[in-house]
Amino acid sequence: MITFWFAVLVLAWVLYFVLEGFDFGVGILGPVLGRDEHERGAIVRTVGPFWDGNEVWLVAAVGVTFAAFPDWYAALMSALYLPMVLILLLLAIRGAALEFRGKHDSPSWRRRADLLLAYSSGGIVLLWGAVLGILVDGLALRADGEVTGTGLARSLGPLFSPAAGLGALAALLAAILLGATFLSLRTTGPVRRRARDVARHTATGGAVALLLIGFGTGNRLALAAAALVFVAGLQARRNREATSFAAVAVTVTAAVVAVFTVHGDVVLRSTLNPAWSLTRESAASGPEALKLLTVAGVLILPGVIVYQLWSYWVFRRRVASERVAS
Amino acid sequence: MDVLDLTRLQFAVVTIYHYLFVPVSICLSATAAGFQLTWMRTGRDKYLHLTKFTGKLLIVTFAVGVVTGLVQEFQFGLGWSAFARFYGDVFGPTLAIEGMLAFFLEATFLALWYFGWDRLPRRIHAATIVVVAVGTLLSAYIILAANSFMQNPVAYALDPETGRAHLTSFTDLMTNEVVLAAFPHTMGGAAMAGGGLLMAIGIWRASADTAFRTLSRVGAWTVLIGGAVTAISGDHLGKVMTAVQPMKMAAAEALYETTTSAPFSVFAIGELGHDRPFFSIEIPGLLSFLGTGSFSGTVQGIDDLQASYTALYGPGSYVPMIPVAFWTFRLMMGAGILAMALAAFHLWRMEDTRWNRVVPGALTRLLPGFLKPALGTPAWLRRFVLLAPVLPAAANTFGWIFTETARQPWLAFGISKVSDGISPGLTSPEVIASLAGFTLVYGLLAIVWYRLVVHLSRQPLTPSVSSSEEPEPVPSY
Ligand code: HDD
Ligand code: HEM
Ligand code: HEM
Repeated sequence: MITFWFAVLVLAWVLYFVLEGFDFGVGILGPVLGRDEHERGAIVRTVGPFWDGNEVWLVAAVGVTFAAFPDWYAALMSALYLPMVLILLLLAIRGAALEFRGKHDSPSWRRRADLLLAYSSGGIVLLWGAVLGILVDGLALRADGEVTGTGLARSLGPLFSPAAGLGALAALLAAILLGATFLSLRTTGPVRRRARDVARHTATGGAVALLLIGFGTGNRLALAAAALVFVAGLQARRNREATSFAAVAVTVTAAVVAVFTVHGDVVLRSTLNPAWSLTRESAASGPEALKLLTVAGVLILPGVIVYQLWSYWVFRRRVASERVAS
Repeated sequence: MDVLDLTRLQFAVVTIYHYLFVPVSICLSATAAGFQLTWMRTGRDKYLHLTKFTGKLLIVTFAVGVVTGLVQEFQFGLGWSAFARFYGDVFGPTLAIEGMLAFFLEATFLALWYFGWDRLPRRIHAATIVVVAVGTLLSAYIILAANSFMQNPVAYALDPETGRAHLTSFTDLMTNEVVLAAFPHTMGGAAMAGGGLLMAIGIWRASADTAFRTLSRVGAWTVLIGGAVTAISGDHLGKVMTAVQPMKMAAAEALYETTTSAPFSVFAIGELGHDRPFFSIEIPGLLSFLGTGSFSGTVQGIDDLQASYTALYGPGSYVPMIPVAFWTFRLMMGAGILAMALAAFHLWRMEDTRWNRVVPGALTRLLPGFLKPALGTPAWLRRFVLLAPVLPAAANTFGWIFTETARQPWLAFGISKVSDGISPGLTSPEVIASLAGFTLVYGLLAIVWYRLVVHLSRQPLTPSVSSSEEPEPVPSY
């Protein structure tokens, strides 16, 4: 049961990072790829119907973490207090920018919304990447599952580690790739062409970087990622937009799964004493709660996936930038 | 302030903010569904325009509810990790089920509805907004059940080894007598908040379009009906609270001694201490009636309760902040009653209500001059129209401050104190930084939300250009 819920939890985080990953990428690329108001409007409309549904995967991922592994949730949130607060603040700004952009016609309003969207999306991606990096590294957990320290540095400190930095850069790369391939899939005309170019160049650069890291550290995962990203670039060049997007999505999935399983049974490593690390068993909630969760999850989640797919189907048409903004 | 008080303040600010917008979303989604169904039945354009208008308000308000709700989901771990560890079994599944069951529905179907006007068959399209409305009710119910656990812990067993609470029955958790009473009460309050907003916009824009007059009438009725539900269920909630948390209701009246036929003071000046306040207006027996259902019932006083709690739970103060409890309780009721009065007055003065058509004949001739129904919205109402949404929002806020602060010092009543729930490692600068960050960002959000609502209300209801000319591009997958 614990393993099952661990799998569900990883799945929820994967879906969150892949799905919200592309709308972060679209947010970042908006001002870069959209040359005028109409194009930028079209770019935002490609994610308009989806971003909120995508973001609920974060609610689900956090909710499942809390429900199935309360100690893990508690340790992570309280140890990374300020990074999480920053992510939440940026998510608030981003959600408002996305949703409010089209509700006012003035060009300056829209320009401001586009810039806010781009910067907040970029910031969130960097922070999430850093958090994933920190997960790999572990935290200075004590026996009671808390980290101590003084002042702001207590929770901001971990952000300034090499692992966090690497994670942040990788996440940015992934978000740009996801965004560019998604946009090339969902738009027409010049935006589609430019998105494809961005995807191609980023993929080539990313593949080379991953290759170097892979050979440098002997990490086979990085090599596999390099291959996948390379395929994505190739497919973008050949106008195979769907496979190109899929290749990037698979890469992100593999990376997230890797982060959650690097330490085997240990879900949150303590850098102070291995005995203080949180494991799946030690962090899990009681059998009654897990049973309830299982019943609820089995009943509800398949339905969720079905109607989310339906919504992607309903809005399957490309968004044309030539369209007059309504 | 120490880190505990700061964390409490931070939690309160962020949660109160979420609850300013959420009731409006709950009400607007139901209203939009109502307008759309009315449009489909009557075929009158007016209702289509009102549906679209309410939908725009809903989208803007919902967005604020979503981004602030996301924060709520993290809050229990951020500031209250000890609480999250001890009650994770009870709280976690509840929140997870809420997310899976309600939030996915709301988010996905709201998008389908808003963007799906010309993508979905008519009936299916109308069904999507109904799903959204049901989703908001579901999420409100589930989260209130979680809160009711803290007011009146049920369906748990304490693990003798770890001291943690384990959930024993989800059904019992969901049918806590407190949530059964609190749900109609909060939903009545939500109707008042959303109805107040619609009524205000309707009155403000009445001259622009006759549909706005309909809007103001629908809004005012929503406030009135919601108000009736709120008052009746509030009375019931008071009785439940007197049974499960007698200290809270004693604090609400600053009643120190156990009293039979206890009065309710509408207003008081002076110290709310052991001595009688220096001036107060009292209704004899009303407190007994509110708490026990009988005017001669006995209401336990603070001193007796403190003594019995000390015997039960060990030494310490079990008395919440009396003036806060006393005044927030009155402000909640007062603001709500004022809002209802405003709505009733507005309906009375609208020319074409049935009331004004039927009654004037005989009856008004008998009334003294100043009571004769003058027609039309008076200028002062138009000037102070903002009161219509602000009063219910204030009542909601006061209600929650009362509920949550008069539970002190308990976090979950009778089993764990607030001071035991805070994240042990947390430092003051961190909390101050997050408090400042949230205050700033939320403040800006509120300003932008307000400006957008004003802007959207200024737009003509009938769209001038048709959007059917846009080219239909090929599917992307
Ligand atoms: C428009 C809003 C509004 C209005 C007019 C009222 N209330 Fe209320 N009240 C709320 C909005 C609210 C609320 C915000 O919805 C609360 C907070 C917690 C809850 O469950 O509902 C609440 C809580 C609350 C509680 C405490 C519940 C608890 O501790 O869990 C009581 C006893 C009452 N109310 C009683 C009343 C009475 C007797 C009213 C008489 C008219 C009244 N309320 C009007
Ligand atoms: C329904 C779900 C809710 C849950 C689970 C919940 C839970 C909590 C928790 C854990 C605390 C911190 C501990 C404490 O100070 O007692 C708290 C405090 C508080 N909450 Fe709630 N809350 C909920 C709803 C609300 C709402 C909607 C509001 C206001 C609109 C609110 C207002 C407050 C206030 C003012 C405090 C501070 C009380 C104090 O510290 O004296 N709560 N709540
Ligand atoms: C303190 C506990 C609370 C938590 C953890 C919480 C969590 C959330 C979350 C995560 C969302 C966003 C959902 C989305 O992405 O679609 C949300 C929105 C919502 N919440 Fe809360 N919430 C709390 C308090 C409350 C209370 C007290 C109510 C009502 C009584 C409520 C009712 C709603 C509703 C109806 C929505 C959807 C409408 C909207 O977004 O405006 N919540 N909440």
